[in-house]
Amino acid sequence: MNSSIIVFPGSNCDRDIAVVLEKLHFQNTMVWHKDTNLPKSDLIVIPGGFSYGDYLRSGAIAAKSNILNEVVKAANDGCSVLGICNGFQILTETGLLKGVLLRNKNLKFLGKDIYVKIINNDNKFCHKYKQDQILKLNIAHNEGNYFTSLDHLKELEDKNLIPFKYCDHEGNVNEKNNPNGSLNNIAGIFNNKKNILGMMPHPERMVDQMISGDDGVNLFTSLLN
Amino acid sequence: MKFSIKVRLKKDVLDPQGKVVQQTLQNMGMDTLKSLRQGKYFEIEINENDESEAHVKVEAMCKKLLVNLIVEDFEITKI
Repeated sequence: MNSSIIVFPGSNCDRDIAVVLEKLHFQNTMVWHKDTNLPKSDLIVIPGGFSYGDYLRSGAIAAKSNILNEVVKAANDGCSVLGICNGFQILTETGLLKGVLLRNKNLKFLGKDIYVKIINNDNKFCHKYKQDQILKLNIAHNEGNYFTSLDHLKELEDKNLIPFKYCDHEGNVNEKNNPNGSLNNIAGIFNNKKNILGMMPHPERMVDQMISGDDGVNLFTSLLN
Repeated sequence: MKFSIKVRLKKDVLDPQGKVVQQTLQNMGMDTLKSLRQGKYFEIEINENDESEAHVKVEAMCKKLLVNLIVEDFEITKI
């Protein structure tokens, strides 16, 4: 499996993801945002961070960078694309994923461990998880409040395009366990073909039982098959 | 030629920042304040002599980068 991680000025989770991918024997390349050639990739990861200091809107400037043209082409050809946190924001700004990530409802930057429930495991990113499995992951964002049109929200629910929803440690999905105000507790979404995943929680921070838990690792091992 | 652009959140979109600013002003005693929404403002200077042509270009800038049309509206004014 060949993977590419796109690096912007202000990315800060790129090396964490590289550590995971290399540990799992992906052939990984770090790709600078000014590059115009994307190495042949089975997986493209757009990492978290604060690309361009979140100027204008989170992800708005990064979405217009050279390499994103190549990412859009590869994504449209079916390449797997994973956007985590700022990466999710960038994917919505490019239009590869619909909707937008607004400021957290309580206006606070949230950096903490949360729980998400696997709502749909029938896809290449989550098939190593069990349906309804509860994962402990970490969030670190100021704009994670997912918003979209009511028609699109219905489409996401009807077509099983929501892999994760925020919940408590017992798996209860409700407003009380919604950290940022996202519609329907959405923590991540797919495009219609399910080859592009955007998610606010950071699976790459939960890949080692010795450090913080390893609930995130199966997202990457799922992609190996 | 100069233009100003006002960007505001669409009516149905929650504006938590605006709400906090509103509450703060009300706490400061501005008790006749009814509502407040926060937005963005840009001033753009463009090398173009034809006003309608310039307007088209500024509108393209709004749609392609400055404004997220899912949640924001914009208004262009010549200044």
